[in-house]
Amino acid sequence: MALDRWIALIILMISLAYGYAAYFTMDGLLPPFMKFNPVWPSTFPKALSVLAILTALVIVLGLEKPAEREADAVPLWERIFGGNWQQALALLALMVAYALLLRPGGFLLSTVLFLTIGAMILGERKLHILLPVAAGAAGLVWYLVQGVLGIYLKPLPALMGG
Amino acid sequence: MLEGLLIGLSTAFSLTNILMVIGGCLIGTFIGMLPGLGPMSIIAIMIPVAISLGDPSAALILLAGVYYGAIFGGSTSSILLNAPGVAGTVASSFDGYPMARAGKAGKALTIAAIASFAGGTIGALLLMVFAPALSSVALLFHSAEYFALMVVGLSAIAAFAGTGQVAKAILMTLLGLIMATVGEGALFNMPRFTMGVMDLQSGFSFITLAMAMFALPEALFLVMNPPKAGGNSGEGKIKDLRISRAEARQIAPVIGRQSLQGFFIGVLPGAGATIASFLGYAVERNLSTKEEQAEFGKGSVKGLAAPETANNAACTGSFVPLLTLGIPGSGTTAILLGALVALNVTPGPRLMIDEPQIFWAVIISMYIGNLILLVLNLPLIPYIAKVLEVPRNYLIPFILFFTLMGAYIGQNNATELLILVGFGFCATLLRFADYPLAPLLIGFILGSMLEDNFARSMQLYDGLGFLLERPMTLALLVLAAILVVLPSYRARRARAKADGVAEGD
Repeated sequence: MALDRWIALIILMISLAYGYAAYFTMDGLLPPFMKFNPVWPSTFPKALSVLAILTALVIVLGLEKPAEREADAVPLWERIFGGNWQQALALLALMVAYALLLRPGGFLLSTVLFLTIGAMILGERKLHILLPVAAGAAGLVWYLVQGVLGIYLKPLPALMGG
Repeated sequence: MLEGLLIGLSTAFSLTNILMVIGGCLIGTFIGMLPGLGPMSIIAIMIPVAISLGDPSAALILLAGVYYGAIFGGSTSSILLNAPGVAGTVASSFDGYPMARAGKAGKALTIAAIASFAGGTIGALLLMVFAPALSSVALLFHSAEYFALMVVGLSAIAAFAGTGQVAKAILMTLLGLIMATVGEGALFNMPRFTMGVMDLQSGFSFITLAMAMFALPEALFLVMNPPKAGGNSGEGKIKDLRISRAEARQIAPVIGRQSLQGFFIGVLPGAGATIASFLGYAVERNLSTKEEQAEFGKGSVKGLAAPETANNAACTGSFVPLLTLGIPGSGTTAILLGALVALNVTPGPRLMIDEPQIFWAVIISMYIGNLILLVLNLPLIPYIAKVLEVPRNYLIPFILFFTLMGAYIGQNNATELLILVGFGFCATLLRFADYPLAPLLIGFILGSMLEDNFARSMQLYDGLGFLLERPMTLALLVLAAILVVLPSYRARRARAKADGVAEGD
């Protein structure tokens, strides 16, 4: 089964769970006075879930033939794994790490690390250029966000009282 | 209208707003030039900045400037490197790049700039005429019609999403609508579908979603498939920006026609700058004489002027449904709508009455923006083009960092970053499987408005009666159904015909 149909299957599952919640669990929480309303919080989701389930089924069952595209000349597998997919995954992991480090590590340290490691994942090795650029950028963005936009960003690691 | 114009002039010509236009155009050109980064990513990244400005006119002016700048920057890289930064400028590379290779890069850029300027300016004129007319009609609409109109808009976007697979586009739209129901709705004070997670109480943030849908996948695609252009910095020397009188005479009618055509294509939901530019190219080619037709694809000035005029006119045209109906027709205008809603401005027919300064200032800023692109950006292009020499190893971490920052600033919440990465990963997969992402975002942004209008009409008519009692609502919904069904029906019939001659399933 092609990737697009797998995805449709996943979306079908999501819509089923969503529909289940809309039809069977949500209305129980409704305060009694709202029951006289012609429209409930669950009305719109109910309609959506039915439509989504039907559309997802159309794709899963292959009722609509995919249009022939030139891009299909390159197999999907090749398109995903032909390029530098490891680098892409590593960058995604790095973004997760950044998200986790941002609060405890402070903005400046996390950002310098993120930019440096990110460039190194892509193959950059000239640390003597990279580090100053990363540090300068982190400082500048911190100043812009904190000073110009006025949004608080904790600059220093928690250990240093930042 | 004259009064509105004056309000717009006084708002747009304040020092901050002029700086916003200039800044927006420059930033847009700068980033739009980078191959692979489209206007949607750039605008998504700029939104937190725009929102923290606090002033809706300034924010919209800034973002509109970024939008034009990005399209213009995209043409520059199409012409110089044959590496379009934006889908809407792919057609510009057909003739722009051959011109640059023939040593006429400066001339090609000038033609592109003049064509864009004319397309944008004429488009803004048309917008001034049509938007007030359309919005006075729209004032007659009730929530039932609004509901139906949004359904029509969403169906049209799904039907024209481009991949030729309507079911996928519809599914994406529905997914966007479903995501919009997460969190506390406006009409009912109860959290829905939060699965007990506190961070979902206020729903998904639209900025995060916009970044995850566009900026992140585009950056990841750049990592996975590095563009193979470039390496020809020597031959693209930009000099001699002048065009001859004969060439000017040649492109003038093209610009006139394509401004009109591009504008009206841009007004249609789902059809944007990309379709306008390809169609403009094709139409002009058919209209030319035999000798001129032979030139197309080899560096024809007409072939460059047509898509450049059309894509800018279409950008302006796409503001019509946004400003008059509050219904975005494209991913980019959907992002603009999200920004406006975040600033407590609801675009729609009331906008022109309640906040005329926003409406008119945006239009005036379109003129200023186009003028700036012509007189300020054009001479700066040789310097701005240096951004193409920034190594990819530096560029990509910075793009990723700015998406992270954008999501963080919006919510001040580290969980948001995890949501961003998660959705970004999903969006990349969806793109691999040819699912269009713009319908998802448009569905998400329109979701709460759609539900509000639906609920309001249900309450007014005590049930689904409004579907039958209001003929316009019914007509619009029928139109929506036709829009969705027609493409797949036609594809089916074409296949049935083809099955007779070619191999079956």
